[in-house]
Amino acid sequence: MVLSKLFKRGSQEDAERIEKSLEKTRRGVFGHIAALFQQQELDDEFWEDLEALLIQADIGVQTTEELIDRLRARVQKEGVKRAADAYALLKEEMLRLLGEAPPSALETPRLLTVVLVVGVNGSGKTTSIAKLAYYLKQRGKKVLLAAADTFRAAAIDQLRLWGERIGVEVIAHQPGSDPGAVVYDAIRAAQESRKADVLIIDTAGRLHTKYNLMKELQKIRTICARQVHRAPHETYLVLDATTGQNALIQAKKFKEAVDITGVILTKLDGTAKGGIVFAIQKELGVPVRFIGTGEQVTDFAEFDPQAFVEALFRQDT
Amino acid sequence: MFEALSDRLQRVFDKISQRGVLTEADVDAALREVRLALLEADVNYKVVKSFIKRVRERAIGQEARKGLTPAQQVIKIVHEELIRTLGEPGRLDLSGPPPHVIMLVGLQGSGKTTTAGKLALRLRKEGQRPLLIAADTYRPAAVKQLEVLGRQIQIPVHSEGTEPPPPDIAVRGVQEARKKGYTVAIIDTAGRLHIDDQMMAELEAIRDRTQPKEILLVVDAMTGQDAVRVADEFNKRVGLTGLILTKVDGDARGGAAISVREVTGVPIKFLGVGEKLDALEPFHPDRLASRILGMGDILTLIEKAEQELDRKKAEEAERRLLEGTFTLEDFLEQLQEMKKLGPLSQLLEMIPGMNRLARQLPAEVTDKQLKRIEAIIFSMTPEERRNPRIINSSRKRRIARGSGTTVQEVNQLLRQFRQMQQLMKQLRKGRLPGNLFGGLF
Repeated sequence: MVLSKLFKRGSQEDAERIEKSLEKTRRGVFGHIAALFQQQELDDEFWEDLEALLIQADIGVQTTEELIDRLRARVQKEGVKRAADAYALLKEEMLRLLGEAPPSALETPRLLTVVLVVGVNGSGKTTSIAKLAYYLKQRGKKVLLAAADTFRAAAIDQLRLWGERIGVEVIAHQPGSDPGAVVYDAIRAAQESRKADVLIIDTAGRLHTKYNLMKELQKIRTICARQVHRAPHETYLVLDATTGQNALIQAKKFKEAVDITGVILTKLDGTAKGGIVFAIQKELGVPVRFIGTGEQVTDFAEFDPQAFVEALFRQDT
Repeated sequence: MFEALSDRLQRVFDKISQRGVLTEADVDAALREVRLALLEADVNYKVVKSFIKRVRERAIGQEARKGLTPAQQVIKIVHEELIRTLGEPGRLDLSGPPPHVIMLVGLQGSGKTTTAGKLALRLRKEGQRPLLIAADTYRPAAVKQLEVLGRQIQIPVHSEGTEPPPPDIAVRGVQEARKKGYTVAIIDTAGRLHIDDQMMAELEAIRDRTQPKEILLVVDAMTGQDAVRVADEFNKRVGLTGLILTKVDGDARGGAAISVREVTGVPIKFLGVGEKLDALEPFHPDRLASRILGMGDILTLIEKAEQELDRKKAEEAERRLLEGTFTLEDFLEQLQEMKKLGPLSQLLEMIPGMNRLARQLPAEVTDKQLKRIEAIIFSMTPEERRNPRIINSSRKRRIARGSGTTVQEVNQLLRQFRQMQQLMKQLRKGRLPGNLFGGLF
């Protein structure tokens, strides 16, 4: 099955469940796109409908227009007449948008890998962290979590509960305490008493427009860098897949402030879209690293652009 | 990243000659830009299509009004049509015998729990006695979160941990409200996907057993094209009575609001505009329309200014300004009045045409500068503030040390203050300076 490629290292059972949850995306807008290409003529109406569908997939106005311009140019140049042939070209162009992601820093062997996780309120940071921790634990890593969201009511408890469920220790202070201090202690603990391979830092949700809060993230980065060589090694932005064009601005602002190295796309099971993946990759060059597809801790997978596009374009037989 | 629609339209019309009547070509050129702007604001594609059609019908052939450029005229029509689409500001229906049950529903992470707290606080201010009911037993620590929020605002929370089924908790919560004389019971439900049949059935159960007066869908202002489907599905399953749009304090345009309103016909009731628990505002269609179009929110600014500024003080300062007896002390007072309105960048963003500037201008620059100016003035003696002429180099060094700034910065402030006084003199002579504070920032 094509989709199982998405989840290179997951068990068969995982792959099946995730494939099922992505079905919504495939059958949604992308299903309509496939249907559109069943028609014979590549007339103006066709192009307008295609534009509509791509925009509805949250691919973004600009990226959509460029995609269509390129496709039209190629159709003309290569003398493509049949819609089915144009469909293959569209797939190629969309794949080109995603490109090849640079290797993940999680793969590089080092004493302690520090992963900072940031995002706006309600994007799913804490849940994603639990999933990522579990994912790494399953791969033999010793993981430690730092509860640096000291702002939101009960955020620390939420992480602790997850920690208990997946059997991963959480370093936390009191609510309202300095997140920097939590990070400092967590790194010390990871290096000394706990001897962890990976430390994942949960931060408070913040809108990218809040200057002081973005400043606070920079401070956390500085604390990481002071204690661990080149840390944080990965900074993930957690992005809600149902977010529209604001996702681009979020990614841009977070990139400017804390140099995000990857995106974790959450709630992909609920959306018929997911097109924002293309816009972010294209406009910011930040790769999507993981996708979250459900509420279970195992509803989480590495993102493989090729398989993603394949899956979206797979025609149900 | 997104260009204000007004700027875009202006550019289109710069290319077209100024004519008295809006021609079809003018309108179509303008509407192309409107369409893109709305799509970029995440308004649903289909909604945009029908919207554009309506505007087109109204705009073509209309006599140009006096004093309005064609661009302004199109914006005006678009703005009016948007307001109409957004509908009347919704009010909570709290008629009938108490306790009035309000149920909050929505996707994960849309902000239900925080909104529950905000709503409770707001209703208490309006004289109600609210009780919060923690019926989200799924998300780890969600119950705890509501309890903590309740403590912060001193509003009681009915919670039973995470074991009992949510409909049972909701029912017992409403019973408690009735028994103890609470007038409003706000049920915080778990976030759920609109496609999750089992979870949606649970909402139906809660609704059937608690008979809420209000079922409010909490929608993240940043939601993309899917917002319509989500709202539609929730509406079909549980029958919504209103919408609350959250995270409006970010820079999302909130186009989802239009889509959801248009498709479901459910009125928007509140906007969540910040992390603090009092940051819940009643919805004003005109303002949100302006925001979606990127036209700034001058109305909010005006209202804010009216609320916050001490009018007497302002008039007094204005009189002294004109008399030329304006001192650094007055200036300090003005700065402090201004600060009451919020960060400078946020103020700029609300002024049409300034929002792009505001975005380019990092918030800290201006606010930090304001703070430094304040610190410098604070480090002066009252005599120095009233009569800056006596500030010699030794005094400057003292002021710089006291305020943690440099002599250069003190000099700069004094120079700018002198320039301002000069401007005032010109103003008295009838020449209007372009920008009063222009030199300062």
